[in-house]
Amino acid sequence: MTAAWTIDGVREALAAKKLSARELAADFYRRIAERNSELNAYLTLSEERAYSQAARMDALVAAGKPLPALAGVPIAIKDVISTRGVRTTCGSKILENYVPPYDATAVERLEAVGAVILGKTNCDEFAMGSSNENSAYGAVRNPEATDRVPGGSSGGSAAAVAAGLAVASLGTDTGGSIRQPGSFCGIPAMMGSYGRVSRYGLIAFASSLDRIGPFATNTRDVAAILGVIAGRDSNDSTSTTAPVPDYRAAMEKPVKGLRIGIPKEYFAEGMDDGVRKKIEAGIELLKKLGCELREIHMAHTDYAIATYYIIATAEASSNLARYDGVRYGLRVEDDSLLAMYRKTRGAGFGAEVKRRIVLGTYVLSAGYYNAYYLKGQKVRALIAQDFRDAFRKVDVIVTPTSPVPPFKLGERTNDPLQMYLADIYTVTGSLAGVPGISVPCGKICGKLPVGLQIFGPAFGEASVLQLAHAFEQAGGGSL
Amino acid sequence: MSEAELEMYRAQIDEILEYIGKLNELDTANVAPMAQVLADDQSADATLREDVVAPCSIAGEILKQAPDPEPPYFRVPKVIER
Repeated sequence: MTAAWTIDGVREALAAKKLSARELAADFYRRIAERNSELNAYLTLSEERAYSQAARMDALVAAGKPLPALAGVPIAIKDVISTRGVRTTCGSKILENYVPPYDATAVERLEAVGAVILGKTNCDEFAMGSSNENSAYGAVRNPEATDRVPGGSSGGSAAAVAAGLAVASLGTDTGGSIRQPGSFCGIPAMMGSYGRVSRYGLIAFASSLDRIGPFATNTRDVAAILGVIAGRDSNDSTSTTAPVPDYRAAMEKPVKGLRIGIPKEYFAEGMDDGVRKKIEAGIELLKKLGCELREIHMAHTDYAIATYYIIATAEASSNLARYDGVRYGLRVEDDSLLAMYRKTRGAGFGAEVKRRIVLGTYVLSAGYYNAYYLKGQKVRALIAQDFRDAFRKVDVIVTPTSPVPPFKLGERTNDPLQMYLADIYTVTGSLAGVPGISVPCGKICGKLPVGLQIFGPAFGEASVLQLAHAFEQAGGGSL
Repeated sequence: MSEAELEMYRAQIDEILEYIGKLNELDTANVAPMAQVLADDQSADATLREDVVAPCSIAGEILKQAPDPEPPYFRVPKVIER
């Protein structure tokens, strides 16, 4: 196997005319043709768009003009992110034939600096799931262990990069949907702070939690892509005007003396022994790098799952009301409007989406609003306060990404609550709005990847990347 | 939803709601609810902006995505009885 392509590697090869952007794209499509029937990572390929962008990059090379930051870099996009003229299904039958009339801001920004969009990646339906098994188009297989799940919901984005079917990809994270598949597939994966990256064109699941972020084979590429997609966008009023630092420069800073919080609550019962050993070895490595470790307490951690599944389902029940068979997507005909709505939604949504719409509608209903939704919002405030308190004492927080290694396909599909509980270490940061990354932290028995999660304070992406980079460079990935 | 689906969801959602009930262990009488994450440059009404008309040239393309369009309208089954 040849070494994986990196962003710098692609630029250098293009600039030195070792190969053209068109040849590189064709090479990736060849790999996809070989592996995708097994992995099911891609749902739609956008060859026409990819080759016309590659031609633009090749013209720049031919003219001797400077190449933009991501010139010719083949990138995959999760299928909940809108791409003009390229089918976008959200992993759902209800959007099986939906072709967005505009691009998400993140996609537009990637293409503006030369990226080549290869296609759209598989995911849990409307990004609801932790295993990718909720996709209406079949599960994705984990390239590291093909009898196992790749994680979810951005399973296709993680698997595509891990299998060398893209140099990088975009996923989305609402409760762990970037970090957990990154962990399961053994690659770095990051969500910036809420407000860091525009959500314009991201088809909404839970608007106060949804974030777009990158997967890549190394942390430098993660930083480069985050830097491109971050920043204010007038089309998303929750995106912040805070300046975007040069993450690649910032991440090279030494980590000696960095104060790392280890929250006791994240190491309680319920963690797989193999995962625990790898994470403990990872923490030892951080100590060797000269970081200062401090035990901290985050008292409301145990309430995060319950809080998350109130807020996320409530927002989902509102957001998904738009699929009514009128403006886009599936329609199942009936003579009456109400029956048309019912039949369309009954046929178009899968089991997990229906479960969450029912739950979300219930927690928002008149008689239960205070007991559930309002209570959830209050506990969310307590969880966010836990993070603010912690970041007065430490610079970053280190935890496992997932309590379990990648599990077998079909192993957990019959018990939704057990599936939800596996999100325990990721949903906290989602609720608080802070940035987080998962970086590879070795493999159990040399086979099943484990991820180490690093949280930073709001808009402290640079510190998160700095530690992730140092950990990677010190061999954290092969512990 | 079918009867079988309702039966399945009833049991599963009961179990999930029971789990969610653990939030009642916390006294939140004096906690202000958090509706959204706000950055330093944002106030609680940060999501409001001036209501200015902006050109939008993709109306035709949007209508093309509709299951039953009749430009410039979306068509739905009859809702008013004679």
